[in-house]
Amino acid sequence: MTEAVLYDAAGPRGRRRILIGSLAGGLLVVLVVGVAVARLAANGVFEAERWRVLTQGDLQRLLGRGLAATLRAALVAMVLAMAVGGLLAVARLSRGRWLAMPAGAWVELFRGLPLLLLILFLFLGLPAVGVTVSTFWALVAGLTLYNSAVIGEIFRAGILSLPKGQTEAAYSIGLRRGQSLRLILIPQAVRRMLPALISQAVTLLKDTSLGFVIAYAELLRTGRNAVEFLGGRYSIPVYVAIAVLYIAVNASLSFLARWLDGRTRRRLGRTVQPSVADEAA
Amino acid sequence: MDAVLDNLDTFRQGFITTLALTVVSTVLALVLGTLLAAMRVSPVPTLRAAGATYVEVVRNTPLTLVFFFAVFVLPQLDIRLSFFVFAVIAVTVYHAAFFCEAVRSGINAVGVGQAEAARSIGLTFTQSMRLVVLPQAFRTVVPPLINVVIALTKNTSIAAAFGVVELTAVATRLANANSDAVIAIFLGSAVCYLALTLPSGWLAGRLERRVAVAR
Repeated sequence: MTEAVLYDAAGPRGRRRILIGSLAGGLLVVLVVGVAVARLAANGVFEAERWRVLTQGDLQRLLGRGLAATLRAALVAMVLAMAVGGLLAVARLSRGRWLAMPAGAWVELFRGLPLLLLILFLFLGLPAVGVTVSTFWALVAGLTLYNSAVIGEIFRAGILSLPKGQTEAAYSIGLRRGQSLRLILIPQAVRRMLPALISQAVTLLKDTSLGFVIAYAELLRTGRNAVEFLGGRYSIPVYVAIAVLYIAVNASLSFLARWLDGRTRRRLGRTVQPSVADEAA
Repeated sequence: MDAVLDNLDTFRQGFITTLALTVVSTVLALVLGTLLAAMRVSPVPTLRAAGATYVEVVRNTPLTLVFFFAVFVLPQLDIRLSFFVFAVIAVTVYHAAFFCEAVRSGINAVGVGQAEAARSIGLTFTQSMRLVVLPQAFRTVVPPLINVVIALTKNTSIAAAFGVVELTAVATRLANANSDAVIAIFLGSAVCYLALTLPSGWLAGRLERRVAVAR
Protein backbone atom coordinates (compact mmCIF):
# COMPACT_ATOMS: atom_id res chain seq x y z
CA MET A 1 0.00 0.00 0.00
CA THR A 2 1.34 3.40 -0.85
CA GLU A 3 0.83 5.89 1.90
CA ALA A 4 -0.73 8.27 -0.64
CA VAL A 5 -4.00 6.30 -0.44
CA LEU A 6 -4.39 7.36 3.16
CA TYR A 7 -5.15 10.96 2.31
CA ASP A 8 -6.64 12.89 -0.60
CA ALA A 9 -4.70 15.38 -2.65
CA ALA A 10 -4.85 18.32 -0.29
CA GLY A 11 -7.13 21.24 -0.98
CA PRO A 12 -6.17 24.84 -0.16
CA ARG A 13 -6.76 24.44 3.56
CA GLY A 14 -5.01 21.07 3.66
CA ARG A 15 -2.06 22.46 1.74
CA ARG A 16 -1.79 25.28 4.21
CA ARG A 17 -1.84 22.81 7.08
CA ILE A 18 0.83 20.65 5.45
CA LEU A 19 2.93 23.76 4.89
CA ILE A 20 2.57 24.70 8.55
CA GLY A 21 3.36 21.11 9.53
CA SER A 22 6.38 21.13 7.24
CA LEU A 23 7.67 24.34 8.72
CA ALA A 24 7.04 23.16 12.29
CA GLY A 25 8.59 19.77 11.56
CA GLY A 26 11.52 21.39 9.78
CA LEU A 27 11.96 23.76 12.68
CA LEU A 28 11.97 20.83 15.10
CA VAL A 29 14.59 18.96 13.07
CA VAL A 30 16.69 22.13 12.75
CA LEU A 31 16.35 22.72 16.50
CA VAL A 32 17.51 19.20 17.42
CA VAL A 33 20.39 19.32 14.95
CA GLY A 34 21.18 22.89 16.03
CA VAL A 35 21.47 22.00 19.71
CA ALA A 36 23.74 19.07 18.81
CA VAL A 37 25.89 21.25 16.56
CA ALA A 38 26.13 23.97 19.20
CA ARG A 39 27.22 21.40 21.74
CA LEU A 40 29.80 20.01 19.33
CA ALA A 41 31.04 23.49 18.42
CA ALA A 42 31.39 24.44 22.09
CA ASN A 43 33.76 21.51 22.42
CA GLY A 44 35.72 22.67 19.40
CA VAL A 45 34.76 19.74 17.20
CA PHE A 46 34.61 21.90 14.09
CA GLU A 47 38.14 23.29 14.36
CA ALA A 48 39.68 22.80 10.95
CA GLU A 49 42.85 21.46 12.54
CA ARG A 50 41.00 18.42 13.90
CA TRP A 51 39.54 17.51 10.55
CA ARG A 52 42.81 18.08 8.70
CA VAL A 53 44.00 14.85 10.30
CA LEU A 54 41.97 13.02 7.64
CA THR A 55 44.24 14.38 4.92
CA GLN A 56 47.24 12.60 6.42
CA GLY A 57 48.50 9.92 4.07
CA ASP A 58 49.40 7.60 6.95
CA LEU A 59 45.90 7.63 8.36
CA GLN A 60 44.35 7.15 4.94
CA ARG A 61 46.60 4.17 4.24
CA LEU A 62 45.80 2.70 7.66
CA LEU A 63 42.05 3.04 7.19
CA GLY A 64 42.40 1.70 3.64
CA ARG A 65 44.11 -1.41 5.01
CA GLY A 66 41.36 -1.72 7.64
CA LEU A 67 38.67 -1.50 4.97
CA ALA A 68 40.47 -4.14 2.90
CA ALA A 69 40.64 -6.44 5.94
CA THR A 70 36.92 -5.88 6.59
CA LEU A 71 36.00 -6.67 3.00
CA ARG A 72 38.27 -9.73 2.94
CA ALA A 73 36.65 -11.22 6.07
CA ALA A 74 33.18 -10.42 4.72
CA LEU A 75 33.87 -11.98 1.34
CA VAL A 76 35.36 -15.22 2.71
CA ALA A 77 32.57 -15.56 5.27
CA MET A 78 29.86 -14.86 2.67
CA VAL A 79 31.19 -17.52 0.28
CA LEU A 80 31.49 -20.11 3.07
CA ALA A 81 28.09 -19.22 4.54
CA MET A 82 26.45 -19.62 1.13
CA ALA A 83 28.05 -23.03 0.67
CA VAL A 84 26.97 -24.26 4.11
CA GLY A 85 23.59 -22.52 3.78
CA GLY A 86 22.95 -24.29 0.47
CA LEU A 87 23.63 -27.67 2.06
CA LEU A 88 21.38 -26.79 5.01
CA ALA A 89 18.51 -25.77 2.75
CA VAL A 90 18.73 -28.99 0.72
CA ALA A 91 18.94 -31.01 3.94
CA ARG A 92 15.93 -29.26 5.46
CA LEU A 93 13.89 -29.79 2.30
CA SER A 94 14.80 -33.47 2.02
CA ARG A 95 12.25 -36.02 3.02
CA GLY A 96 14.75 -37.95 5.11
CA ARG A 97 14.13 -37.06 8.75
CA TRP A 98 17.66 -37.79 9.83
CA LEU A 99 18.82 -35.04 7.46
CA ALA A 100 16.05 -32.50 7.96
CA MET A 101 16.04 -32.55 11.76
CA PRO A 102 19.74 -31.90 12.42
CA ALA A 103 19.71 -29.14 9.80
CA GLY A 104 16.68 -27.59 11.51
CA ALA A 105 18.41 -27.79 14.88
CA TRP A 106 21.54 -26.16 13.39
CA VAL A 107 19.46 -23.24 12.09
CA GLU A 108 17.57 -22.74 15.37
CA LEU A 109 20.73 -22.97 17.47
CA PHE A 110 22.94 -20.60 15.53
CA ARG A 111 20.18 -18.08 14.88
CA GLY A 112 19.34 -18.01 18.57
CA LEU A 113 22.85 -17.26 19.80
CA PRO A 114 24.55 -13.86 19.76
CA LEU A 115 27.19 -13.74 17.05
CA LEU A 116 29.69 -12.18 19.44
CA LEU A 117 29.32 -15.11 21.84
CA LEU A 118 30.03 -17.52 18.95
CA ILE A 119 33.11 -15.58 17.89
CA LEU A 120 34.46 -15.35 21.44
CA PHE A 121 33.74 -19.03 21.98
CA LEU A 122 35.75 -19.97 18.89
CA PHE A 123 38.51 -17.53 19.78
CA LEU A 124 38.88 -18.60 23.43
CA GLY A 125 37.47 -22.12 23.30
CA LEU A 126 39.42 -23.65 20.42
CA PRO A 127 42.86 -22.89 21.96
CA ALA A 128 41.59 -24.55 25.16
CA VAL A 129 41.25 -27.84 23.27
CA GLY A 130 44.60 -27.37 21.56
CA VAL A 131 43.55 -25.85 18.24
CA THR A 132 45.26 -22.55 17.50
CA VAL A 133 43.07 -20.14 15.63
CA SER A 134 43.91 -16.71 14.20
CA THR A 135 41.66 -13.73 14.83
CA PHE A 136 40.76 -13.78 11.12
CA TRP A 137 39.54 -17.36 11.17
CA ALA A 138 37.75 -17.01 14.52
CA LEU A 139 35.82 -14.08 13.05
CA VAL A 140 35.16 -15.77 9.70
CA ALA A 141 34.11 -19.06 11.33
CA GLY A 142 31.71 -17.26 13.68
CA LEU A 143 30.23 -15.25 10.82
CA THR A 144 29.91 -18.43 8.74
CA LEU A 145 28.11 -20.39 11.46
CA TYR A 146 25.61 -17.62 12.10
CA ASN A 147 25.02 -16.58 8.50
CA SER A 148 24.78 -20.13 7.17
CA ALA A 149 21.64 -20.48 9.30
CA VAL A 150 20.12 -17.26 7.96
CA ILE A 151 21.16 -17.87 4.35
CA GLY A 152 19.94 -21.48 4.53
CA GLU A 153 16.51 -20.11 5.41
CA ILE A 154 16.65 -17.64 2.52
CA PHE A 155 17.50 -20.49 0.11
CA ARG A 156 14.70 -22.59 1.51
CA ALA A 157 12.20 -19.75 1.22
CA GLY A 158 13.35 -19.18 -2.36
CA ILE A 159 12.75 -22.80 -3.35
CA LEU A 160 9.43 -22.96 -1.49
CA SER A 161 8.26 -19.76 -3.21
CA LEU A 162 8.24 -21.51 -6.60
CA PRO A 163 4.88 -22.76 -7.88
CA LYS A 164 4.30 -26.43 -7.11
CA GLY A 165 3.77 -27.09 -10.81
CA GLN A 166 7.50 -26.70 -11.39
CA THR A 167 8.34 -29.71 -9.22
CA GLU A 168 5.44 -31.70 -10.63
CA ALA A 169 6.48 -30.92 -14.20
CA ALA A 170 10.06 -31.93 -13.40
CA TYR A 171 8.90 -35.24 -11.95
CA SER A 172 6.54 -35.87 -14.85
CA ILE A 173 9.33 -35.67 -17.41
CA GLY A 174 11.16 -38.27 -15.35
CA LEU A 175 13.70 -36.20 -13.39
CA ARG A 176 14.69 -37.49 -10.00
CA ARG A 177 14.49 -35.29 -6.90
CA GLY A 178 18.12 -34.21 -7.02
CA GLN A 179 17.89 -33.48 -10.72
CA SER A 180 14.72 -31.43 -10.36
CA LEU A 181 16.35 -29.38 -7.60
CA ARG A 182 19.53 -28.84 -9.58
CA LEU A 183 18.07 -28.30 -13.04
CA ILE A 184 14.66 -26.77 -12.44
CA LEU A 185 14.19 -25.35 -8.94
CA ILE A 186 17.52 -23.85 -7.89
CA PRO A 187 18.13 -21.86 -11.12
CA GLN A 188 14.74 -20.21 -10.73
CA ALA A 189 15.00 -19.73 -6.99
CA VAL A 190 18.36 -17.97 -7.26
CA ARG A 191 16.81 -15.06 -9.13
CA ARG A 192 14.11 -14.64 -6.52
CA MET A 193 16.45 -14.68 -3.56
CA LEU A 194 19.32 -12.65 -4.96
CA PRO A 195 18.04 -9.36 -3.47
CA ALA A 196 17.62 -10.98 -0.04
CA LEU A 197 21.11 -12.46 -0.30
CA ILE A 198 22.61 -9.06 -1.06
CA SER A 199 20.89 -7.47 1.91
CA GLN A 200 22.16 -10.32 4.09
CA ALA A 201 25.64 -9.53 2.72
CA VAL A 202 25.18 -5.98 4.06
CA THR A 203 24.35 -7.40 7.50
CA LEU A 204 27.37 -9.69 7.34
CA LEU A 205 29.60 -6.80 6.35
CA LYS A 206 28.34 -4.79 9.32
CA ASP A 207 28.96 -7.76 11.60
CA THR A 208 32.64 -8.01 10.61
CA SER A 209 32.98 -5.03 12.96
CA LEU A 210 32.77 -7.57 15.81
CA GLY A 211 36.35 -8.42 14.82
CA PHE A 212 37.11 -5.29 16.86
CA VAL A 213 36.43 -7.24 20.04
CA ILE A 214 38.98 -9.99 19.32
CA ALA A 215 41.47 -7.44 17.91
CA TYR A 216 41.26 -8.49 14.26
CA ALA A 217 42.67 -5.44 12.46
CA GLU A 218 39.51 -4.51 10.53
CA LEU A 219 38.22 -1.00 9.89
CA LEU A 220 36.99 -0.23 13.42
CA ARG A 221 40.05 -1.69 15.16
CA THR A 222 42.47 0.26 12.95
CA GLY A 223 40.40 3.39 13.52
CA ARG A 224 40.49 2.88 17.29
CA ASN A 225 44.23 2.27 17.19
CA ALA A 226 44.69 5.44 15.16
CA VAL A 227 42.68 7.46 17.68
CA GLU A 228 44.65 6.01 20.58
CA PHE A 229 47.84 7.04 18.82
CA LEU A 230 46.66 10.50 17.71
CA GLY A 231 44.73 11.40 20.88
CA GLY A 232 41.07 11.48 21.87
CA ARG A 233 40.43 14.89 20.34
CA TYR A 234 40.63 13.30 16.91
CA SER A 235 38.05 10.64 17.72
CA ILE A 236 35.12 12.38 16.04
CA PRO A 237 36.79 13.02 12.65
CA VAL A 238 38.17 9.47 12.49
CA TYR A 239 34.94 7.76 13.54
CA VAL A 240 32.88 9.93 11.21
CA ALA A 241 35.21 8.95 8.35
CA ILE A 242 34.74 5.28 9.26
CA ALA A 243 30.96 5.71 9.40
CA VAL A 244 31.03 7.34 5.96
CA LEU A 245 33.04 4.41 4.58
CA TYR A 246 30.62 1.82 6.00
CA ILE A 247 27.56 3.76 4.85
CA ALA A 248 29.01 4.28 1.36
CA VAL A 249 29.69 0.55 0.87
CA ASN A 250 26.49 -0.68 2.53
CA ALA A 251 24.15 1.90 1.02
CA SER A 252 25.35 1.05 -2.50
CA LEU A 253 24.82 -2.66 -1.81
CA SER A 254 21.36 -1.94 -0.34
CA PHE A 255 20.55 0.18 -3.37
CA LEU A 256 21.59 -2.66 -5.66
CA ALA A 257 19.42 -5.07 -3.68
CA ARG A 258 16.39 -2.79 -3.92
CA TRP A 259 16.88 -2.21 -7.64
CA LEU A 260 17.23 -5.94 -8.31
CA ASP A 261 14.22 -6.64 -6.11
CA GLY A 262 12.04 -4.23 -8.06
CA ARG A 263 13.24 -5.59 -11.39
CA THR A 264 12.81 -9.25 -10.40
CA ARG A 265 9.40 -8.58 -8.94
CA ARG A 266 8.24 -6.94 -12.15
CA ARG A 267 9.44 -9.92 -14.18
CA LEU A 268 8.66 -12.87 -11.93
CA GLY A 269 5.97 -11.45 -9.71
CA ARG A 270 7.57 -12.50 -6.44
CA THR A 271 10.84 -12.37 -4.54
CA VAL A 272 12.08 -13.59 -1.18
CA GLN A 273 11.78 -10.71 1.27
CA PRO A 274 14.56 -10.39 3.84
CA SER A 275 13.19 -10.04 7.36
CA VAL A 276 13.75 -6.78 9.19
CA ALA A 277 15.01 -8.76 12.19
CA ASP A 278 17.75 -10.45 10.18
CA GLU A 279 18.93 -7.04 9.01
CA ALA A 280 19.10 -5.86 12.61
CA ALA A 281 21.16 -8.79 13.86
CA MET B 1 31.32 -28.13 34.89
CA ASP B 2 32.39 -27.09 38.40
CA ALA B 3 33.48 -23.73 37.05
CA VAL B 4 29.89 -23.07 36.00
CA LEU B 5 28.30 -24.28 39.23
CA ASP B 6 30.75 -22.35 41.41
CA ASN B 7 29.93 -19.16 39.56
CA LEU B 8 26.17 -19.48 39.30
CA ASP B 9 25.81 -16.20 41.13
CA THR B 10 27.97 -14.40 38.57
CA PHE B 11 25.90 -15.92 35.79
CA ARG B 12 22.71 -14.82 37.50
CA GLN B 13 23.96 -11.23 37.72
CA GLY B 14 25.03 -11.31 34.07
CA PHE B 15 21.64 -12.67 33.09
CA ILE B 16 19.86 -9.91 35.01
CA THR B 17 22.02 -7.24 33.38
CA THR B 18 21.31 -8.67 29.92
CA LEU B 19 17.61 -8.78 30.72
CA ALA B 20 17.59 -5.21 32.08
CA LEU B 21 19.49 -3.92 29.06
CA THR B 22 17.06 -5.74 26.75
CA VAL B 23 13.89 -4.55 28.46
CA VAL B 24 14.89 -0.90 28.89
CA SER B 25 16.23 -0.62 25.33
CA THR B 26 13.24 -2.42 23.84
CA VAL B 27 10.77 -0.02 25.46
CA LEU B 28 12.74 3.09 24.43
CA ALA B 29 13.46 1.81 20.91
CA LEU B 30 9.80 0.86 20.39
CA VAL B 31 8.70 4.38 21.30
CA LEU B 32 11.32 6.01 19.07
CA GLY B 33 10.70 3.51 16.26
CA THR B 34 6.94 4.03 16.26
CA LEU B 35 7.50 7.78 16.22
CA LEU B 36 9.84 7.40 13.23
CA ALA B 37 7.32 5.19 11.44
CA ALA B 38 4.60 7.78 12.03
CA MET B 39 6.94 10.43 10.61
CA ARG B 40 7.62 8.30 7.55
CA VAL B 41 3.95 7.80 6.63
CA SER B 42 2.85 11.36 7.50
CA PRO B 43 1.93 13.81 4.74
CA VAL B 44 4.57 16.29 5.95
CA PRO B 45 7.60 16.19 3.63
CA THR B 46 10.25 17.37 6.12
CA LEU B 47 9.22 14.76 8.69
CA ARG B 48 9.22 12.03 6.03
CA ALA B 49 12.68 13.04 4.90
CA ALA B 50 14.02 13.22 8.46
CA GLY B 51 12.63 9.77 9.28
CA ALA B 52 13.94 8.25 6.05
CA THR B 53 17.42 9.73 6.58
CA TYR B 54 17.61 8.40 10.14
CA VAL B 55 16.68 4.88 9.04
CA GLU B 56 18.97 4.91 6.02
CA VAL B 57 22.00 6.07 8.02
CA VAL B 58 21.47 3.74 10.98
CA ARG B 59 20.71 0.55 9.10
CA ASN B 60 23.93 0.87 7.09
CA THR B 61 26.07 1.45 10.19
CA PRO B 62 27.38 -1.43 12.33
CA LEU B 63 26.07 -1.49 15.90
CA THR B 64 29.67 -1.62 17.13
CA LEU B 65 30.27 1.76 15.50
CA VAL B 66 27.14 3.17 17.15
CA PHE B 67 28.64 1.96 20.45
CA PHE B 68 31.85 3.82 19.53
CA PHE B 69 29.93 7.07 19.19
CA ALA B 70 28.09 6.49 22.46
CA VAL B 71 31.04 5.32 24.55
CA PHE B 72 34.01 7.22 23.10
CA VAL B 73 32.48 10.33 21.54
CA LEU B 74 29.81 11.40 24.06
CA PRO B 75 32.39 11.77 26.87
CA GLN B 76 34.34 14.07 24.53
CA LEU B 77 31.28 16.33 24.64
CA ASP B 78 31.30 16.28 28.46
CA ILE B 79 28.38 13.85 28.59
CA ARG B 80 29.42 11.43 31.30
CA LEU B 81 27.10 8.55 32.09
CA SER B 82 27.54 4.99 33.25
CA PHE B 83 28.50 2.28 30.76
CA PHE B 84 25.05 0.77 31.17
CA VAL B 85 23.35 4.00 30.10
CA PHE B 86 25.72 4.40 27.15
CA ALA B 87 24.85 0.84 26.12
CA VAL B 88 21.12 1.60 26.40
CA ILE B 89 21.60 4.68 24.20
CA ALA B 90 23.53 2.76 21.53
CA VAL B 91 21.15 -0.22 21.46
CA THR B 92 18.10 2.08 21.40
CA VAL B 93 19.38 4.35 18.62
CA TYR B 94 20.29 1.34 16.48
CA HIS B 95 17.17 -0.77 16.90
CA ALA B 96 14.69 2.13 16.62
CA ALA B 97 15.41 2.12 12.88
CA PHE B 98 14.46 -1.55 12.63
CA PHE B 99 11.35 -1.22 14.78
CA CYS B 100 10.37 1.66 12.47
CA GLU B 101 10.80 -0.53 9.40
CA ALA B 102 8.84 -3.39 10.98
CA VAL B 103 5.93 -1.08 11.85
CA ARG B 104 6.01 0.57 8.44
CA SER B 105 6.00 -2.73 6.58
CA GLY B 106 3.06 -3.77 8.77
CA ILE B 107 1.16 -0.67 7.68
CA ASN B 108 2.10 -1.35 4.06
CA ALA B 109 0.91 -4.95 4.35
CA VAL B 110 -2.68 -3.84 4.94
CA GLY B 111 -4.46 -4.11 1.59
CA VAL B 112 -4.88 -0.94 -0.43
CA GLY B 113 -8.58 -1.70 -0.67
CA GLN B 114 -8.94 -1.31 3.09
CA ALA B 115 -7.59 2.22 3.06
CA GLU B 116 -9.54 3.06 -0.09
CA ALA B 117 -12.75 1.76 1.46
CA ALA B 118 -12.09 3.73 4.63
CA ARG B 119 -11.46 6.87 2.63
CA SER B 120 -14.49 6.33 0.41
CA ILE B 121 -16.91 6.18 3.34
CA GLY B 122 -15.57 9.56 4.32
CA LEU B 123 -13.16 8.77 7.15
CA THR B 124 -10.36 11.28 7.57
CA PHE B 125 -6.67 10.33 7.63
CA THR B 126 -6.65 10.04 11.40
CA GLN B 127 -9.89 8.08 11.50
CA SER B 128 -8.92 5.64 8.77
CA MET B 129 -5.55 5.08 10.43
CA ARG B 130 -7.04 4.63 13.89
CA LEU B 131 -10.12 2.60 13.03
CA VAL B 132 -9.15 0.63 9.93
CA VAL B 133 -5.44 0.46 9.09
CA LEU B 134 -3.65 0.33 12.45
CA PRO B 135 -5.83 -2.37 14.08
CA GLN B 136 -5.06 -4.62 11.10
CA ALA B 137 -1.44 -3.56 10.87
CA PHE B 138 -0.98 -4.37 14.54
CA ARG B 139 -1.78 -8.02 13.91
CA THR B 140 0.76 -8.43 11.13
CA VAL B 141 3.37 -6.34 12.87
CA VAL B 142 3.59 -8.26 16.14
CA PRO B 143 5.61 -11.29 14.88
CA PRO B 144 8.25 -9.16 13.09
CA LEU B 145 8.44 -6.92 16.17
CA ILE B 146 9.13 -9.94 18.38
CA ASN B 147 11.84 -11.00 15.94
CA VAL B 148 13.47 -7.59 16.20
CA VAL B 149 13.31 -7.89 20.00
CA ILE B 150 15.13 -11.25 19.67
CA ALA B 151 17.78 -9.60 17.50
CA LEU B 152 18.04 -6.84 20.12
CA THR B 153 18.49 -9.40 22.90
CA LYS B 154 21.37 -11.00 21.03
CA ASN B 155 22.86 -7.64 20.11
CA THR B 156 23.08 -6.54 23.76
CA SER B 157 26.09 -8.90 23.84
CA ILE B 158 28.14 -6.19 22.11
CA ALA B 159 27.86 -4.13 25.31
CA ALA B 160 30.33 -6.66 26.75
CA ALA B 161 33.08 -4.98 24.76
CA PHE B 162 32.13 -1.59 26.20
CA GLY B 163 32.28 -2.09 29.93
CA VAL B 164 28.90 -3.66 30.70
CA VAL B 165 29.18 -6.92 32.61
CA GLU B 166 26.37 -8.93 31.02
CA LEU B 167 26.24 -12.58 29.97
CA THR B 168 28.91 -12.41 27.27
CA ALA B 169 31.28 -10.42 29.46
CA VAL B 170 30.69 -12.92 32.28
CA ALA B 171 31.59 -15.78 29.92
CA THR B 172 34.77 -14.03 28.75
CA ARG B 173 35.90 -13.19 32.27
CA LEU B 174 35.23 -16.63 33.67
CA ALA B 175 36.84 -18.24 30.62
CA ASN B 176 39.99 -16.21 31.17
CA ALA B 177 40.04 -17.19 34.84
CA ASN B 178 39.31 -20.92 34.27
CA SER B 179 41.14 -21.91 31.11
CA ASP B 180 40.31 -25.58 31.75
CA ALA B 181 36.55 -25.04 31.56
CA VAL B 182 36.14 -22.58 28.69
CA ILE B 183 33.66 -24.73 26.78
CA ALA B 184 31.41 -25.40 29.79
CA ILE B 185 31.37 -21.69 30.65
CA PHE B 186 30.39 -20.63 27.15
CA LEU B 187 27.73 -23.33 27.05
CA GLY B 188 26.36 -21.88 30.29
CA SER B 189 26.05 -18.43 28.72
CA ALA B 190 24.65 -19.90 25.51
CA VAL B 191 21.92 -21.70 27.45
CA CYS B 192 20.97 -18.42 29.16
CA TYR B 193 20.65 -16.66 25.78
CA LEU B 194 18.71 -19.53 24.24
CA ALA B 195 16.35 -19.44 27.23
CA LEU B 196 15.50 -15.89 26.15
CA THR B 197 15.56 -16.20 22.35
CA LEU B 198 14.08 -19.63 21.59
CA PRO B 199 10.74 -19.20 23.42
CA SER B 200 10.32 -15.73 21.87
CA GLY B 201 11.05 -17.13 18.42
CA TRP B 202 8.58 -19.92 19.00
CA LEU B 203 5.95 -17.39 20.10
CA ALA B 204 6.60 -15.21 17.04
CA GLY B 205 6.28 -18.24 14.74
CA ARG B 206 2.98 -19.28 16.33
CA LEU B 207 1.53 -15.78 16.12
CA GLU B 208 2.70 -15.50 12.53
CA ARG B 209 0.89 -18.69 11.57
CA ARG B 210 -2.26 -17.55 13.32
CA VAL B 211 -2.27 -14.18 11.62
CA ALA B 212 -1.42 -15.73 8.26
CA VAL B 213 -4.82 -17.46 8.18
CA ALA B 214 -6.61 -14.15 8.39
CA ARG B 215 -5.33 -12.82 5.08
